[in-house]
Amino acid sequence: MKQVNYIKFEFPARSVNESFARAAAAAFAAQMDPTLEELGDIKTAVSEAVTNAIVHAYPDRAGLVQMRLRALEGNVLEIMVRDRGRGIPDVQKAMEPMFSTGGDDRSGMGFTIMASFMDGLRVRSAVDRGTTVTMKKRIKAKAGA
Amino acid sequence: MKVLSSYQDGRLTLYLKGELDHHEAASALRRISRTVDDYLPQDCVIDMEGLTFMDSSGIALILKISRLVAETGGRAWVENARKQPLKVIDASGIDRVIQISTAARP
Repeated sequence: MKQVNYIKFEFPARSVNESFARAAAAAFAAQMDPTLEELGDIKTAVSEAVTNAIVHAYPDRAGLVQMRLRALEGNVLEIMVRDRGRGIPDVQKAMEPMFSTGGDDRSGMGFTIMASFMDGLRVRSAVDRGTTVTMKKRIKAKAGA
Repeated sequence: MKVLSSYQDGRLTLYLKGELDHHEAASALRRISRTVDDYLPQDCVIDMEGLTFMDSSGIALILKISRLVAETGGRAWVENARKQPLKVIDASGIDRVIQISTAARP
């Protein structure tokens, strides 16, 4: 799919940046004319992916989280969240509902919510090299638009 | 986010306002734990009318409040959730363990 527009940015893996990341994603997505519900879905999925990176990737240091958002042809939004942290040994297991290694302030529902709120979810990870989460959402054309 | 509370006749109402994410959840839980310890309520309403955003950290918070209140024989439930938090609640399936009362469900 051909790229129409994109932004890239990075920030330290500190929880105070979670709200910035989802606000930035919502602001970028606005050019695709999403509904309020679609915007809510995007913000939720970004919040989950970024929180995972902040909680899991760098247990003993504040490494970097990179984000790339792309508007693709056909009004598809692609969101990539990447860290260079410790990685996930078993991605399939990590994606099971209620599986969490993040302590009791996480519900273990992050990947489940990403998968159900977006139209595509791909997770690639290598131990000690990092994790890349890529999500896609098709923004539906409005009636009369 | 903000947490306001009121108490009357054994019922504690917690008003959650703003955005609830992982960054906000830990301090919100500390404040709520103190309030629950102060009142030991029979009923605890988690009023989410003012909550404009919630991710799965909110699910963990709701479950913790529910457990906290149950420790002293009380019961907690959610009221007035808006569409976005409600969608997260529905995706999580916690309505199997805690009552969700809302007008926002289509």
